[in-house]
Amino acid sequence: MVTELFPLILAGAETSRRGKRLVGPVDLSLDGQGLCVVIGPNGAGKTTLLRLMHGTARLTAGRINWACDTAEARHHQAFVFQRPIVLRRTVEENLTYPLRLRRVAKAVARRSAQEWAERVGLSDLLCHRAGVLSGGEQQKLAIARALITEPALVFLDEPTASLDGRATREIEGILSHAKANGTRLILSTHDMGQARRVADKVVFMLGGKVHETGPATAFFEDAATPEARAFINGDIVE
Amino acid sequence: MRHAFWLVVTFDAELAEIALRSLRVTLTALVIACIIALPLSALLAVRRFRWRRSVIAILNALMGLPPVVVGLIVYIFLSRSGPLGALGLLFTPTAMIVAQVIIIVPLIASIAHQSLRDLWAEYHDLLISLNVSQFQKMRTLLWDARRALLTAALAGFGRGIGEVGAIMIVGGNIDNATRVLTTAIALETGKGEFALALALGFILIALALGVNLLIHWVGQTERDSRW
Repeated sequence: MVTELFPLILAGAETSRRGKRLVGPVDLSLDGQGLCVVIGPNGAGKTTLLRLMHGTARLTAGRINWACDTAEARHHQAFVFQRPIVLRRTVEENLTYPLRLRRVAKAVARRSAQEWAERVGLSDLLCHRAGVLSGGEQQKLAIARALITEPALVFLDEPTASLDGRATREIEGILSHAKANGTRLILSTHDMGQARRVADKVVFMLGGKVHETGPATAFFEDAATPEARAFINGDIVE
Repeated sequence: MRHAFWLVVTFDAELAEIALRSLRVTLTALVIACIIALPLSALLAVRRFRWRRSVIAILNALMGLPPVVVGLIVYIFLSRSGPLGALGLLFTPTAMIVAQVIIIVPLIASIAHQSLRDLWAEYHDLLISLNVSQFQKMRTLLWDARRALLTAALAGFGRGIGEVGAIMIVGGNIDNATRVLTTAIALETGKGEFALALALGFILIALALGVNLLIHWVGQTERDSRW
């Protein structure tokens, strides 16, 4: 399934709002392997780049090409937001929601929800309202809901930004499991520790543009640009 | 006052018939109004179109629609020389239902829209990312906001059951045909039969409270363990 979507090619991709360019022009090529981390300081355009690739931010210039038809590519994607959005329903109903949208039979959807709840450690909370879960539990629910349709690609926008160490570790565990199962993950973060732990490829953004990109090991050991080196060292980069 | 209580306790057949007619007219109007108003409010929440703000503003303004004027307009439409005169609906419960629907649709739609707009702001990113259709968005919002929509429906019921001006005009307050609690109260007050009017008033209040409580109970509102 992964090879159907990739390579993803962004050529001069831009998005603007009220005449102000938010991101771009971006030239980037992503293959279908591993976990790509988009890093950069606040306001660098990480979230907007993810939304642009996902198709929820308007492309105002340039082009974004998937290996398949854009609508088909969109069908095989999911998005996890920084602040988890949960439906005002139970945990189980949240998990079955994307499946029911795809007309999966109710019994099959429920079975799948139970399996995923077990995988992410929410099986005891299936009948609870999603709104009463902790932040970490809500984010795990949002990730499980994104993965339940077995998408080829999942975008994660700073999924652990407001979580403690334990919840972060649990979520990274879920993500590494998804990666091992062949799901391509593109994750934005400004947590350098997390980027080092999970990244296979890094896209470093600054001022709405892709400043540097490359394999994670090479990037963290020997970044090409002084801004990237400064960011890795924890200096303030603007 | 004592006489009024006595009349309520003895609750004769005619009183029961009037009370049941009131309920039947208002509940029918409420169901029809909900069928119109709820999808409309959901559409206004999720769909962006050129005159959307104007439609919302007009809908809000129509909440204050004077019932007597509604009654007059419905009367003109349904009267023998009116465009719908051939239907012969004037001075029937159906005419009263039509008038009530016109009065309560803007109220239900406006209150529902407020709730659905807030919920849409909460769900927007998720539903867009899930690439759901317009119909699925509306269905999701209507289902997840059902408790708030119940409140909107109850507000509509309250307005309908207590309405007198419009249904007096289009119903004519005909005994055994179109007389409902509010028009009977107006009639008995005019005749100086205050005890009977007060008794009818007590029944009206009891009906309004009863239906509200029933709907809250059926809808399981305020129960923590469920949405």
